[in-house]
Amino acid sequence: MNGPIFEVRDVTYRYQEVTALDGLNLAIMPGQRVALLGANGSGKSTLLSILDGLYFPQKGSVEFRGEPLTENRLQTPEFEFDFRRRVALVFQNPDVQLFNPTVFDEVTFGPLQMRWPRDQILLRVSEMLEQMEIMHLKDRSPHHLSTGEKKRVALASVLILDPEVLLLDEPTAALDPKSESQMIDFLVSCSGGRKTVVTATHDLDLIEDVADSCHIFQRGRIVATGTPAEIVNDHALLLSTNLIHAHHHAHAPGELHSHPHRHGHRH
Amino acid sequence: MSVKSRGVIERSLSSFVDALQHTFDAEEIAKKRGLLQRLDPRVKILSILPLIVIAALTRRLRVVIALFAVAIAVALLSKVPLGTLAKRVWLAVLTFTGFISGPALFLTPGRAMYSLPILGWSVTAPGLRAAVYLVMRAETAATFSVVLILCTPWSNILKALRVLRAPAVLVVILGMTYRYIFLLLRTAHDMFESRKSRMVGQLEGRELRKMATASAGVLMSKTLQLSGDVYLAMRSRGFQGEVYVLDEFQTDWLDWLMLALFGSIALLAFWFGR
Repeated sequence: MNGPIFEVRDVTYRYQEVTALDGLNLAIMPGQRVALLGANGSGKSTLLSILDGLYFPQKGSVEFRGEPLTENRLQTPEFEFDFRRRVALVFQNPDVQLFNPTVFDEVTFGPLQMRWPRDQILLRVSEMLEQMEIMHLKDRSPHHLSTGEKKRVALASVLILDPEVLLLDEPTAALDPKSESQMIDFLVSCSGGRKTVVTATHDLDLIEDVADSCHIFQRGRIVATGTPAEIVNDHALLLSTNLIHAHHHAHAPGELHSHPHRHGHRH
Repeated sequence: MSVKSRGVIERSLSSFVDALQHTFDAEEIAKKRGLLQRLDPRVKILSILPLIVIAALTRRLRVVIALFAVAIAVALLSKVPLGTLAKRVWLAVLTFTGFISGPALFLTPGRAMYSLPILGWSVTAPGLRAAVYLVMRAETAATFSVVLILCTPWSNILKALRVLRAPAVLVVILGMTYRYIFLLLRTAHDMFESRKSRMVGQLEGRELRKMATASAGVLMSKTLQLSGDVYLAMRSRGFQGEVYVLDEFQTDWLDWLMLALFGSIALLAFWFGR
C-alpha cells in the first residue's frame, strides 16, 4: 500500500460545548511510529478514539487505507470485522479495557470475537501470556492486579490479534519507574517494521524510544511537527504548549532566575 | 464531627473493606488442593446442585441430617475451615430461619415438652421437630452452596453453568458484574475516606441524608460514564452483539468417580427421603 494508512482531513469533534478537535489534518503512513504530544485536554485521546472508529467527527473526514471510516461503514459486519482485526486501541484507563472476570478471559476475548477455532485460541493465548510475562496472572481477577500488570494485560489483549495498527493512549501513565521501563521495552519490541504505532502521551522521555515523528497538539489543533530530537530541544515550543514548566529560583535576593525544566530523565 | 456521622462513615468504610476481604478469603480457599478444588467445575455443579435441591425437598429429618454430615465431610476434605462456615453460614441461617420457625415451636399442636417461665408458653414436640427440620434443611442447602462457591473461582462457576444450558450472554453479564462490583466498591470506599479526611464540625440528620444521596448520585454518574467507556472498549475489540465463552475444563478419572459417588448419595437421599 503506497498511500497513508490513516488520512484525517479537516476533522472537528465537539463534546457538547467543548471543541476537542478543531479542523485537524493529519496523514499517518504504514509502518510509521508517531507520537501525539500535548497537555491534558489537547485532543490526543479524542483523535485516537476517532482513528479507532469509536467516535465520528461532526465535520471533516477520516479514511483508513483509502476507504472512508464512517459510522455507516462500520455497521457493515464484514468491514467492521476486518477493521477491528487490523486496528487496536489500548485505553489510558486499564479498568475500562479489562472488563472480563479473569486475565485469561480478557486475552481470549478478541480471538473469540474473531471466531478463531478453540485450539488456535488456546495456543495463541498461552504464547501471548508467556511473551508478556503474565502467565502467572492467568486466573487472576483484574481487581487483584497492580497498575503495571493491568497495562501489560491490556496490551496482551490487543496484541494477540496481531493488529497492523496499534493506538496507545498514555501507555506509561501512573506506572512506577520499573514498570514504565518494562512497558517501554515491550513497546519498542512490538513496534516498528510493518506495524504502525500511534502513541498519545505527554511523557517526553518516551517519545525518543517509540516514535520517529511527533505532532504537538494544543486546543484541538496540531501546532508543530518534527522528529523527537527536534521537539525535545525546542524549549520555547514545549513551554508554550505546557509540556514542560518553567522552574524559578533566586540566586540572590531580588535576582529571580527562571528556565525551562522537566522532571524525570533517564541516562 | 458528631458521633452519629462518624458512625455512618466508619460503618460504610468497614463494610466496603469487609466485602473486599471476603473475596480475597474466598479466592485463597479456591486455590487450596482440596477435594472439590481438584474437580472439574461442571462436575461440581452437577454433583452439588441435586444435593441442594434434595436437602430442600426431602420429607425425612434423618435424611437431612445425613446430608448435613455429607456437607461437613466435603467441606473438611476441601480444606474449608469450619469456623468460616460457622461465621458465614450457620450463624446467619440459624438466626434468620430460627426467627421464622420460632412461632411453630409454640403454635404446633401436640404434646408439650417444656414451658417457658413467666410467659407460660409450651414448646410442643411436633413444634420442635418442625422447627429443627426447617432449620436443618436451610443449613444443609446453604452449607453445600457456600462450600461450592468457596472452592470454585467465581468465573469458573459461571462458565460451568453452561453445562446446564445457561445462556452465554447471562454468563458474560454476571462475569462483568462481578468484575466491576469491586471497582465500584473501591471507588465508594475512596469517596468515603476522602470525605472522612475533610470533615470537621457536626453533621446531623438532614446533612447526613444529603451526604448519602450526593454520594449515591456521584457513584451513579461515574458508573454510567464507566459503562459507556466499557462498551466502547468492547466494540474496539470486535464486539458485535454476540458473546462467546471459552473454558479450559478437562475431566479425569477423579471427576467421574466423584460424580458417580455424589450421584449415588443423591439417589439414596431421594429414595429414603420420599
